[in-house]
Amino acid sequence: MMQAEIAVLRFGLGARPGELAAAAAEPRAWLMAQIRGPAPSAANASLAPSDQIFAGLLAARDERQMLQRESAAQGSEAKMAFNAIREAYQPHYRAQVLARAQSAALTMRPFAERLVHFWANHFAVSADKGVVYGLAGTLENEAIRPHVGGRFVGLLTAVEQHPAMIAFLDNQYSVGTDSVAAQFAARFRGRNATTPNRRFGINENLAREILELHTLGVNGGYTQADVTSFAQIITGWSIGGGKGRLAGGAPGRFYFRENLHQPGAKVFLGKTYSQAGRQQGEAVLADLAQRPQTAKFIATKLVRHFIADDPPPAAVERVARSFLKSGGDLPQVYAALIDSPESWEAKARKFKTPEDFVFSTLRALNVAPAQPEELIRTFDLLGQRQFTPGSPAGWPDTSKNWDGSDALMHRVLWASRVGAKYERGVEPAQLAAESLGGYARAETLSALRRASSGSQAVALLLMSPEFQRR
Amino acid sequence: MQRRRFLTGAGAFAASAVIPNALFAGTGGSSRLVVVILRGALDGLAAVPPYGDPDYVNLHRELAIAAPGSADGALALDGTFGLHPALGFMHERFAAGELVVFQAVCSPYRERSHFDGQNVLENGLTKPIGTADGWLNRALAAMPRGTGRLSDRAVAVSQNVPLILRGEASVISKSPQITPDVDEELLARLADLYSKDDWFSARLSEAVETEKMVDGAAQGGAMDKASAGAGYPDRLAAVSRMAAELMRSEGGPQIAVLEADGWDTHANQGGAKGTLATRLAGLDRALQTLAQELGPLWRQTAVLMVTEFGRTAAVNGTRGTDHGTGGCALLAGGAVRGGQVIADWPGLGSKALLDRRDLKPTLDLRSVFKAVLDEHMHVDADTLAKRVFPDSSGARPLQGLMRA
Repeated sequence: MMQAEIAVLRFGLGARPGELAAAAAEPRAWLMAQIRGPAPSAANASLAPSDQIFAGLLAARDERQMLQRESAAQGSEAKMAFNAIREAYQPHYRAQVLARAQSAALTMRPFAERLVHFWANHFAVSADKGVVYGLAGTLENEAIRPHVGGRFVGLLTAVEQHPAMIAFLDNQYSVGTDSVAAQFAARFRGRNATTPNRRFGINENLAREILELHTLGVNGGYTQADVTSFAQIITGWSIGGGKGRLAGGAPGRFYFRENLHQPGAKVFLGKTYSQAGRQQGEAVLADLAQRPQTAKFIATKLVRHFIADDPPPAAVERVARSFLKSGGDLPQVYAALIDSPESWEAKARKFKTPEDFVFSTLRALNVAPAQPEELIRTFDLLGQRQFTPGSPAGWPDTSKNWDGSDALMHRVLWASRVGAKYERGVEPAQLAAESLGGYARAETLSALRRASSGSQAVALLLMSPEFQRR
Repeated sequence: MQRRRFLTGAGAFAASAVIPNALFAGTGGSSRLVVVILRGALDGLAAVPPYGDPDYVNLHRELAIAAPGSADGALALDGTFGLHPALGFMHERFAAGELVVFQAVCSPYRERSHFDGQNVLENGLTKPIGTADGWLNRALAAMPRGTGRLSDRAVAVSQNVPLILRGEASVISKSPQITPDVDEELLARLADLYSKDDWFSARLSEAVETEKMVDGAAQGGAMDKASAGAGYPDRLAAVSRMAAELMRSEGGPQIAVLEADGWDTHANQGGAKGTLATRLAGLDRALQTLAQELGPLWRQTAVLMVTEFGRTAAVNGTRGTDHGTGGCALLAGGAVRGGQVIADWPGLGSKALLDRRDLKPTLDLRSVFKAVLDEHMHVDADTLAKRVFPDSSGARPLQGLMRA
C-alpha cells in the first residue's frame, strides 16, 4: 500500500469515491485534521437519549404489571418482563444500528469514526443482556463520541457512569456492607422473621472489569483485595428511577445512591482514599487513568487495532510514552500512533472484521442503508451482531478470531448478494480504482476484466485479499 | 500456522468436484469426542449442588438448590451431591451409567479473569500466554491416523475456530447457520484469485471441502441440508444437531467443539428456576439432542462439558455470584463409565475455602483431559505429558473414566 491507501484503508473505514485522491497530497495531515475539531456526531441526530429509552422501559414494565393485575392473567412474570423489554427497546436498537452504519458509510472523518468504534469496543457493553438491549448504542453516542478527542480520564469517567455500563456490569444494586441500606435491612430482619434472608453486599463485576479491561489490564498489578476494595468504593454508582426505597434520581440517568454507598476511607493499590461519596470513585478513576500500566495497555490495544495482531513493541512504547507524557491527552496519543513508522509499512497486516468489511463495502459502493432490517440480517450472517460482543472484553481484534473457513464462506455469500444488488451502474475497474487505488493487484484487476458478469466482478473485488485486509 | 492445502486454483477446484466418496471413508478410530466450552464461569455449586455439606445453604442462600425430595430439590447422585433440577436428561444418563460428575475441579489457573481463565482452559498450559495453539489441536496432531482426510477430523461448530482447536493440525469450522449454495463458478474464480495467497487459499479450500461434506451428508440421508440446524428451540441445541450431523456423515469429523456462553451470573442468578436454570436446561437439551442425533454413534461418544472456573461460594449483594475458582465438570456419553461422582470434597467451611471465598479445587482438569485423550482417543501418554500438556506432571491422568 502507498501512503494515501494506508491513511484511508488502514486508519479510515475504507475509501469512498474521491477519498483516496483527497488524502493523496498529505496523508498524515488528512488524518490529523480529523481528530481535531468538534466531536464526531452520529448520522442521525434524532436518536432517543438513554434516559428517555430507559424511562420508556420502566413505564412499559409498570403498565404491563398493572394490566396483568387487572386481568389476573396467568402469564409468567419472566416472560412478561422479557416482552416488555423487547417491545420498549427494539425500535431503539434498530435505529441505533441503522444510524451507526449510516455514520460509517457517510462520514468525512472516517479516522475519527474508527476511533469511536475502537473505544466503544474497548468499553464494550452487550445488547444480549436484556436491560442493555436498547441502551447499548447510546453508550457509543453519549459517552464515547463527546470524549474521543479529549482526555482519557474524561472518557473513562463518562463511560463508567453511563447507565448502559452500570446496568451491563450490575453495579446499580451493589450495596456497601456497612451502608445505610444494609444496616437498615439488618435491623428490619431482626424484628421480622418472615423477611427473606437477603444478603446485602457488593457485586464485583464492574470494579473488576474496570481494572482488567478498561485501565490497568489483567497483569496490571492489582490483587483480589484491590478488586473488593474498589467495588466498595463505587457502591452507590447507580441509575435513577426506582420504586419504593430505591426511588430517587432522574430515571435512566447516572445517580449516586448515598444509602447504598459503603462509608469511610478505603485503601486501594496501597493508597488511602478518604473522599466522600461519589468523589471517592472518581478519584480512583483519575489515578487509574495516569498509571503506566494503563498507558501500556491502551497503547497495546491501539497498536494492535491499527497496525498488527502482534503489536510491534517500538510502536507500543512510543504511544504509551505519549499517553503518559500528555496525561492521557488522546489527540496526542493518536498523533504518536500516526507518527510511528510501523503505521506506514506497506504490507497490510490486519484482516478486516465483518463490521469493517460491511462498512468499507458501503463506502466503496457509495451507498448508505435506509432500513435496519437488512443490516441486522447481514451482521447476523457474518457473525458480528451490532452492539453484541457477548462479553465485556468486546469483539476480539486479531484475525484468528475471524478467519474460520465457515466465516469466509459467509463473506463470499454476502459479497455475491451485494454484487447482484448493486451491479447496475457499477464499472468494476473504476470501483477497484476508487476503493483500492494502487493497492489493487494486477491479478485482481485481470479477474475483474474476465468476470462473467458485473455482479460476479463486484463479488470478486469485495472478496479479493486486498479488500479483505487493511 | 500450517493448514493442509487441498485446492490451489481453478483447475484443482474442478478436479476436487469429481473425487469419489470413497476417499472420505474411514477415519482414524471409531471414537467420537465432543468438547463443550461453557464460557463465563458456570456456578458449579448450582449445577452440582453439594446439598449434604452443612455450610452450603448458609453460603449459597437463595441460590442454593434444596436437598433431593423437597420441592424443586436436587436430583440425587449420592448422599452429598445432586444435579440441578433442570438437568433431567443428564440425571437419566447418570442412572444409566453414562455420566461422570466432577466436583471441586479447576484448570491450573488461579486468578479470576474470564479471558485468561479461558486461555488456560484451552491452551493446556499453566499460564494464559505462551502458545497460540490449543491442547485439542496438539492432541489431534498426535492421534492415530486412519485413511480419512485429516481435515475432516475436528470441527469447530461455529464460524471461527476457538483457541482450543487452533494449531498446526488442520481443522474445519461450520456454523449451524444455513449457507445457501454459493455459485460454483464464483468459487472457482475466487480460488484462482487466491492462488498466490496461501492464507486465503487454504481457508477457501477448507470451506469448499466442508460444504461438500454437508452436501454428502444431505445426499446420504444423514441430514436435511435445507433445515440443517434450523427448527431447534435455542441456538445451543441447533449447534448440537449440526455437530451430530457432521459427525455421523461419511468421512465426518471425530472431534467437535461447541461453545455456549451466558454463564456469568453476577446478578439474579436464580435457584431451581431463573436465569441459570434456563441456561442449564438449554445445556441439558443440547446433550439430549446430541444423543438422539448421533444415534448408534452415541455408544462411541464422550461429551466433555467444562468451564474456565467456578464462582464464589457465597451469594453476592445482587443475588448472584462473583468469579471464583473450584467448580464442576461433566463427562457424558455411551463410551463413558458413568454413574460416578469424582470429588475429593474439601468442604465449604470458612477455613476450607480458597482465599476465604472460593471452593478449593482438589482436582486438576488436565487429569480429566488426559484420561479422555488417553483412554478414549488413544493419544499416547508420553505425547500427552510432553506435548499436549507441558508442565503437567502434577496432573496425573485419572483411571477408569471410559468403558473398556
